[in-house]
Amino acid sequence: MTATNAPAPAADADASGAPTAAATPARRRTPWRNPWGHPWFLEGFTWLYLVWSLVPIVIAVLFSFNNGRSQSTWQGFSWRWYFSDPVNSVLHNPQLHAAVIQTVRLSVLTTVIAVPLGVAFALGINRWHGPVPGTFNYLMILSYVIPELIFGVSMFFVFTTLFSTVHLGTTAEVLGLVTWNVSWPAIVVQARLVTLGRQYEEAAADLGANQFQVMRRVLLPLLAPAIFASAVLVFSGVIDDFVIVDLLSSSAGNTPMSVIIYSTQHGGNGGPALNALGSIMLAMSLIVVIIGYVAYRLLTRGERGSGLAALTTIAGEG
Amino acid sequence: MRNRKNAFWVALAAPGIIWLAVLFVVPVYAVLSIALGKLNQLYEAPVAVWNPLSWSSSNVINVWRDLFGSASFAGPVVVRTIVYVAVASLLSLVIGYPVAYFVARFAGRRKGLLLVLLIAPFWISYMMRMLAWIDLLSTGGYVNKALGWLGISPVNWLGGSSVTVVLGLVYGYIPYLILVLYAGLDRIDPALIEAGRDLGLGRARTFIHVTLPLSRQAILTGLLITVLPMLGDYFTNQMLSGAASTSMIGNLIQGQLGTPGLEAQGAVLSLLLLLVLLVPMVYYVIATNREATR
Repeated sequence: MTATNAPAPAADADASGAPTAAATPARRRTPWRNPWGHPWFLEGFTWLYLVWSLVPIVIAVLFSFNNGRSQSTWQGFSWRWYFSDPVNSVLHNPQLHAAVIQTVRLSVLTTVIAVPLGVAFALGINRWHGPVPGTFNYLMILSYVIPELIFGVSMFFVFTTLFSTVHLGTTAEVLGLVTWNVSWPAIVVQARLVTLGRQYEEAAADLGANQFQVMRRVLLPLLAPAIFASAVLVFSGVIDDFVIVDLLSSSAGNTPMSVIIYSTQHGGNGGPALNALGSIMLAMSLIVVIIGYVAYRLLTRGERGSGLAALTTIAGEG
Repeated sequence: MRNRKNAFWVALAAPGIIWLAVLFVVPVYAVLSIALGKLNQLYEAPVAVWNPLSWSSSNVINVWRDLFGSASFAGPVVVRTIVYVAVASLLSLVIGYPVAYFVARFAGRRKGLLLVLLIAPFWISYMMRMLAWIDLLSTGGYVNKALGWLGISPVNWLGGSSVTVVLGLVYGYIPYLILVLYAGLDRIDPALIEAGRDLGLGRARTFIHVTLPLSRQAILTGLLITVLPMLGDYFTNQMLSGAASTSMIGNLIQGQLGTPGLEAQGAVLSLLLLLVLLVPMVYYVIATNREATR
């Protein structure tokens, strides 16, 4: 290659279409060609998605404060649909009122039963080797991925035919929800056990601690963040659950909020009281999640890992 | 000593194992016994037959006739379900991938905020999210008002429109897909992408030859996590349309549950759905297990 045909390399680059870093300034300006530029299109797309994803919710919450029946024309601010209206507010409508209480009841009962059950299961399964624990570990993960409708249908049938002493209602709902949610603590705690390894327990055992002391003084404190995260997952999961409670509830007294919104909305206009009910659910989940996030950060103080990691753990990913 | 240690772990695992056996294995078997059981002609109630040796195929034959027979009414529902779910999950992927890609690779200091906003729908009740769209899409809602400004006459979105149902499914399940994609894309070593660039690949070709192959696992898992619940979904459809012309297999099963004489057929349909989904489910279980033990 001689100096006389200096333009040739540039022509080559053109032909291959490879936008090398040495490209001309004019080319660097076109964003697609410059591999190091900021992807403005992607950023715009992402914000557009977020607007689509979240603005409808914001509007729905706003209209729960609407001083009128409309869900699309703003008529001024009021607490009417929460408690001022003597008939149709969440506080005074017996059905809506009962739904709030039922949701709280189901969330508390399910969390109190499912978390200890799942944590013990995870510990046992992780340490007891053999075909039985292996099989049940797979079954547990299967219960996590099975479509909720199929699970709900099987629960419906088992409570209407085999265990018919358990009538549809709160007991059936709790039994169904615990089975559906027990995989959260089981999976989250097992993941934490894998990251921890065995060295802490072995050190404690070497220092003379017996099985129960190792459990109480070493394992449970180390597992506390995972146990806590799974409790948050179960609690907020039950608040938002729909299919199981829809199939297993039997009367107005044991119908939680999600089912009320569903059954009142389709087939008729439920009015802003439903938006109020939905906003209460939202606030409940939000409170649980914020408590969960703060406590999780406190529990994992001094460990590597960021707020992002805490966030994805509380969301059930990672 | 070794034995006592083992007994300790067995005792810990036992309650969970018993619980799963009684309230997960037995219920699934109950569906099987009802699907292959008989019908009490007097009460039109399904009779579970627990002994596999006396199972009958009458319910299955009935469902088979509904699905593939000459007067099939369930056949079109199944086809519609497949089309809806396929379109909705592909649409979710097309929308979700760029979003996950941006947040994983380019968000920089705003990553925390964006992640919170991406995860936010997880904490909002599904019913609340559907309710929000019902408000927007109603006859006098903001969507029709916006169309009015553009001179377009109001559209009856909630009266049995396939477009509404598919978009509702996308809206409902896309957050799960995005989070899985984000986790997968976030794990890709940036050095690999830079290497692609350094070796002269453009943005598009780096994406096709480096990023896309590395995120294949995340795409598969993400699609699975959206397709499985979509196939059992009856509430999105019921809330946003409620018309028979858009009903899916979930609506069919749910409708049969409360109907005397048809409950056993609901069991058969659930079982068929489970059978079809068993392969992807087992794949997912194995993939999760591999991930967890790595």
